[in-house]
Formats: sequence, structure tokens, C-alpha cells
Amino acid sequence: MAAMFSQNPLMNGPNYSVNDAPRVNAPEGAREHRFDPYTDNGGSTLAIAGADFTIMAGDTRLTSGYSINSRHHPKLFKIGGTTADQKDATIVLSVVGFAADGEALKERLDAICKMYRYRHGKPMSVKACAQRLSTILYQKRFFPYYAYAILGGLDEEGKGAVYSYDPVGSYEREQCRAGGAAASLIMPFLDNQVNFKNQYIPNSGEGHALQERERRPLTRTEVETLVKDAFDGAVERHIEVGDGLQMMAITRHGIEEVFLPLKKD
Amino acid sequence: MPGFDFSNYNRNAALHARGVPLPKATSTGTTIVGCIFDGGVGIAADTRATSGPIVADKNCEKLHYISPNIWCAGAGTAADTEFTTALISSQLELHSLSTGRKPRVVTCMTMLKQHLFRYQGHIGAYLVVAGVDPTGTHLFTVHAHGSTDKLPYVTMGSGSLAAMSVFESQWQPSLNRDQAVKLCADAIEAGIWNDLGSGSNVDVAIITADKTTLRRNYIKPNERTAKLRSYVFPKGTTAVLNEKIIPKGDLGKFISVEELTEEGGDKMEVDT
Repeated sequence: MAAMFSQNPLMNGPNYSVNDAPRVNAPEGAREHRFDPYTDNGGSTLAIAGADFTIMAGDTRLTSGYSINSRHHPKLFKIGGTTADQKDATIVLSVVGFAADGEALKERLDAICKMYRYRHGKPMSVKACAQRLSTILYQKRFFPYYAYAILGGLDEEGKGAVYSYDPVGSYEREQCRAGGAAASLIMPFLDNQVNFKNQYIPNSGEGHALQERERRPLTRTEVETLVKDAFDGAVERHIEVGDGLQMMAITRHGIEEVFLPLKKD
Repeated sequence: MPGFDFSNYNRNAALHARGVPLPKATSTGTTIVGCIFDGGVGIAADTRATSGPIVADKNCEKLHYISPNIWCAGAGTAADTEFTTALISSQLELHSLSTGRKPRVVTCMTMLKQHLFRYQGHIGAYLVVAGVDPTGTHLFTVHAHGSTDKLPYVTMGSGSLAAMSVFESQWQPSLNRDQAVKLCADAIEAGIWNDLGSGSNVDVAIITADKTTLRRNYIKPNERTAKLRSYVFPKGTTAVLNEKIIPKGDLGKFISVEELTEEGGDKMEVDT
């Protein structure tokens, strides 16, 4: 077992891992410590709120570096149902970033929503769930869950609701949001196609007096088309996005889930 | 003066010390392979070029011409593979003109390794060199630091492990041309599907004693799917804050105009 002991006189003794090898110029007794608990598992998510529905979507590829760890790893989770199969759930959580933290976050939020249901005899509202998720994230302010979360459901009036988060709990209700690796590719497309940004009514005025195109609520089929096209586009130009598309539609009748194929290269 | 211009070295070192990052080069995070068969050699490559996690080119060419009977597949920094192969191709042609002999693959390989070793790995070119010359059929790999290998089947780039798994399970000492081309294409496909740095199409070059066949986009397993609806905007959707029209005839006052007749290169896919 010659390899157990280094030939290097500086490291006379057992071999050190690359990270904590003693440095030549370090002061007496000093040692560099490092702890890398996070991995970026790639992938992308997307959520759009409609008049009486919310569409959530995410690709199903799980990566690390240039490798594909899984081609079918869901990023969307139903939250707060009474049973393990979540068939009566009304809220969906999507997570991208570090998959293990995403999963842990989902488990925490789901347990909390279930406890709420048992104690109060009614499901948690999206608004309350959204606030609670923010609290969960901020509680780990100095060792965060490395996850970009989006929460989707229907508000008290039955309108589509999307809440988006940063890893430490800053959140906001929005009309639409893209998260993860291809967020910077998808978000401008959404601004233009959902909120009609940078679109003006032709011949409605000169220069700055030109009238903006008026916003109108999109139908469910329109939104589903946008989501599919957004992901097809992202797959073309981002290496970490692909394999499959998981899509959930939240309506007053419940949650419908579909899986569609994406390019696998 | 031949060679590289180092006049910005001190300025860039100073900027770097103040935290300005180096510009990111386009890398062909690639799968490239080569395989000898009875009577010749085949090389193949994928066609994805990346810049970090973004796909910079979906259909780039990674098979480079050296001489009519020597071709190179390149991985690593796109510019380095491009310029290094072009430089050696040029020197090899002059060499063959002055000696009056056909260029040899070993000569090409030696020139490449000496050039790359001189730059101590700073020229990020990782190459598969293949060809047929009067001394026979040859296949080499050349690494950026200058080391070389001579083997009956080789793989390089980020997809080299995926590709090598195909060779290690299916390669045999005697192959005919079609078997070798299939093996190379399968190896590239393994890279396309399983390595994120590789993707899109398969390019193949087959070199035999009497001719070289370049099969650009030999397999296209990743055609783009059509968008589900049209994203054409009505005319006048974009705000115009101010406009000035220069008629085509007056364009010559501002710039030099040259009429082009034929379009060169591959056309880019565009939505209509």
C-alpha cells in the first residue's frame, strides 16, 4: 500500500485530498478548509397564470457537469394533498438548482401543508402557503436551500396565481416566471408573448406617443402552446435542458399532469 | 513578423489582476473519433459548438482539411483547432512542393506536436490526425501539450468516454469500409446523446489510397421541431422613435459597396 503515504516530503504521512492539502506558505498550524455541499443540477422551469388556471412546467433532465444523471427526474411537485399520491392537492411547487435541496424543500413544505390541513380541517390557501415557503427559505439564510422555487395555484377568487422565489426567501406574485438554467432565454420570450412587452399598435401614434398593445388574458391552449414552444427553443440553445417536458395545469377541477418528449442530445 | 502578437500582454495582466475576467472562447466541447479499416481510415465528429452552457453553433464543421489525403478532427478551443490545422496544412503543402513528394501523415503529426509543445498547452487544440500516404494508412491523436498516440481506434473531446465505450465493445481487428464508418458514426452518436458538450449531427470523412470522401451531416438525428404557432408580428409593431432613409444609390457615399452574386457557406435555419 505504497499509495497510502505520499512521496512528497511536504505531505509526509497519509495522503490528503486535494482540498485540504497543507499549503507551503501557510502560517504554522493553519490549514485551508473547504466544504462544497452544493451541485448545480441544471434544468429549467416555467409558470404562467391565466384567468382561472395556472400552467406549470419543467424539463425532466438532471445533469452534473457534462453528464446526464437522469432523463426522467420531475421538477414539479403537488403539495398539500391528504394522501401520498396527492390526488386532492391544489398547489404545485417547482424547483430548480440543487436537486437534493429542491427535494428537501418540497418535503418540508408538503409536511407543513398537511399539518395545516389536519389542524384546521381545510387546505392551505396559495397565499398562506406562499408566505410560509418564504419563511422556510429565510430560516436557512446562512446555509440556504440552493433552489429557485416557483409556487402555483388558484387564489381565493379562483384566479391563477404564480409566486416566484430566490434561494433565501424573497418572493413576489407574478403573471409569469421562468426559472433555472434557461431562465434568461425564456423570460424575454414570456415578457413579449404573455405581457406583450415591446409591442405597439401599428399607426397608433408617432414616436413616444405610440400606443402599447393592450394586455388580454390568454386561453389555456394559448398558454400551453407558448410553454411547449418556449421549451423547444430552450432545448435548441441550452445544453442542460432536454429529454422530457413535465407540465401541470391547475384548475378548479384539480391538477392535470402530462409528460411530453423533448430532444435528447 | 510571423507568429503571435503579445503587445497586449501587460495590459491584460494588469486588467486581470484588477478582477476583469478573461474573455470566454468558443469551445467545441466535442466528440471526435477515428478508426482504421482494411484499405483506409475513417474519422468522424459531432457538430455542436458551445460557449459555457450555451450552444453557439448547432452545425459547425470539426473535420479539417490538411492535404487531399490527410484530414484532421479537432476538439478544444475552436479558434485553435481551426488556425493550427490551417497553418500546418499550409506548411505541409509547401513542404510537399519543395520535396516533390506526397505529404505523409507522420510529417503532419510531427509538425503539429512540435508546434503545440512550443506553446506549452496554451494553444488548446486536441486533434485526431488521419490519412493514407505512400507508407500506408495512419491514425494519430495529438494533445494540446504535444503528446501523441498511434492507435487503431481513437476518441477525443468531452464525449471521448461515451465514444470509446462503443469502440471497446464493438471494435474488431479486421473491418471493412462500411463497418468502420458505421462504428465511427455509432461512437459519435453515443457522444451526442450522452455528453452535454456534444450534439446535433454526425460528420464523417473516409480516406482511402485513391480518394477521400467527406460526408457532411452523414446522420441528422436532431432536426429541429416546428414551432406550434407563428410568431410573425404585424408591420409597425416595433416603435420607431426617429428615422432617416438613405437610398441604395447613395450608399456608396458612406461605405464601399460590392455586389455579391453567389451565396457561400451553410444557410442558417430561420423561421418564416
